[in-house]
Amino acid sequence: MIKYIAKRLLMLIPILLVVTFVIFTLLYITPGDPAKMILGTTATDEAVAQLRTELGLDQPFLIQYLNYMKDLIFHFDIGTSYSTRQPVIQEIMNCLPATLKLAFSSILIAVVVGIPIGVISAVKQYSIFDNIVMVLGLVGISMPVFWLGLLLILFFSVQMGWLPASGYSSWQQMIMPAVTLSAQSIAVVARMTRSSMLEEIRKDYIRTVRMKGQTEMRITIFHGLRNALIPIVTVIGTQFGSLLGGAVMCETIFSIPGIGRLMVDSIKARDFPVVQGGVLFIAIGFALVNLIVDIIYAFLDPKIKAQYK
Amino acid sequence: MEHTSNEKLLDIRDLSVEYHSNGKIVKAVSNLNLSLDKGETLGFVGETGAGKTTTALSVLRILPELPSRITGGEIWFNGENLLLKSQKEMRQIRGKEISMIFQDPMTSLDPVATVGKQIEEMIGLHENLPKKELRERAAQMLEQVGIKRERIDDYPHQFSGGMKQRVVIAMALSCNPHLLIADEPTTALDVTIQAQVLELMKKLKQQYQMSMIMITHDLGIVAEICDTVAIMYAGNIVEYGKVAQVYENFEHPYTEALFDSIPSLDEEQDELKVISGLTPDPTNLPAGCPFHPRCPYAGPECAAQAPEIREVEPGHIVRCHKKCERRA
Repeated sequence: MIKYIAKRLLMLIPILLVVTFVIFTLLYITPGDPAKMILGTTATDEAVAQLRTELGLDQPFLIQYLNYMKDLIFHFDIGTSYSTRQPVIQEIMNCLPATLKLAFSSILIAVVVGIPIGVISAVKQYSIFDNIVMVLGLVGISMPVFWLGLLLILFFSVQMGWLPASGYSSWQQMIMPAVTLSAQSIAVVARMTRSSMLEEIRKDYIRTVRMKGQTEMRITIFHGLRNALIPIVTVIGTQFGSLLGGAVMCETIFSIPGIGRLMVDSIKARDFPVVQGGVLFIAIGFALVNLIVDIIYAFLDPKIKAQYK
Repeated sequence: MEHTSNEKLLDIRDLSVEYHSNGKIVKAVSNLNLSLDKGETLGFVGETGAGKTTTALSVLRILPELPSRITGGEIWFNGENLLLKSQKEMRQIRGKEISMIFQDPMTSLDPVATVGKQIEEMIGLHENLPKKELRERAAQMLEQVGIKRERIDDYPHQFSGGMKQRVVIAMALSCNPHLLIADEPTTALDVTIQAQVLELMKKLKQQYQMSMIMITHDLGIVAEICDTVAIMYAGNIVEYGKVAQVYENFEHPYTEALFDSIPSLDEEQDELKVISGLTPDPTNLPAGCPFHPRCPYAGPECAAQAPEIREVEPGHIVRCHKKCERRA
């Protein structure tokens, strides 16, 4: 198992190399000169040229990339923000708590609400509950975050005055952003749980457990759901991974200074080091979540565990 | 109706079961009567789709709920009508009183639980034992079926098909059931493994002193381990009697055809003998005797009217209009 984890961590290196190269290339060919953005429209050409030299932007693409990689590999330095002159690492760390808080609370809601809904829907297939919930699920998947967020603010903050409309430090402030962000994940998790459960509860071994005299509740949870978990864990992992990437819309509506907003602001400001650092961070986050999901597989399925040796 | 027959362990009366599929009603079992004495082993023979498994699942009341329904009849077990019991009462009977072995051992064990845990679950449901003793009992059961106790923490995928079926047998017997229903327990296994599993079941049946219903296609298995035999065709029993009676004096043309379809080792045979025609469409059974379209002896009365039960000799009954001329 440890060997497997080590192997997977080593495999991160080529992935990150590719990710940095792609993002570096994309940013290089992006129109807009960072030096001009920093100095503003009134700056003289000399000043711009001087800043370009200072930032190393006048050098050829490959040299720029190699310099970047050199700093990254040998000094764990991913550069300094053009606009704030702060280390990029610092910028990301400042935004991390908000993003993590939001991602964890949304995924928690998605799991706690989505899985039970999916299980009940599967056990009571074609019932009124099942039909209603699956339609709601479709609505949840299709509903734009900005719209749901605004509706919630209008109702709970403006009309009722129960919850604060922005911020992220107290749990009251987290409720609406987390609910908004989790709407889609709840629907995705519930639908996956339902279809996976439908497949499992028709299998022969369920009949065997029923023959033993086990209660339907335990058959459903300890045998059906237990076996249905693998695809469910997979979608939870993907959902969580994308939440880590920041939820721009949600963060903007509720004024939460998270990674998503940092990225968008940096792209607008042509603050390339921050964008690169952010993408790198998101890639690592995604890869780690995937690794964790794969490790969970081993605990869910003994056949997979046997392969990990 | 008061029912006080003590010697009968299981008495199925006029059982009817329907399936609903694509808006059509399938009569899987219609007005079936069958009984089983204590300690008796009954062979339950018939083609696929004849309703053998449906009957067995009805006894345990674990038919798939949505599409199937018991539409009539009574199932008496130890003097109690199982069809009148609540699910809660049935749960105490399942596994403890009546246990079942399923056809395909590959799929009948939970893939993510160790075999030990699965046997422990069964025992734990019916007996209040501390964890340690549960585990010990499970280990003993494994040894009973010829599996080393060290394998108690192995998962089903680490066992071969025959070994899995042994695990299922160990599980089914772990609470000393009065009745064991074995639904084609050897069909999915290799021939050599079949013999081993059958041998094991014979041994355990004697050891545990239980009654057994052996569902099978294989008349050889019936001859080997059964006391009585019921031949089922299109949802009902067409012939029933002691194994010796039915094997020597079979009366129903379907039974005859079944025996004929067994290839003989002594005679030169170019082709296998098959029963002409197909099993009838269960959504649209032929009028009269359901076997008449395939029956070489069928007369006009066979298409007109469903035959009643007729006793050929004491304990040997047949559902056919025709007196067997072959024996006369």
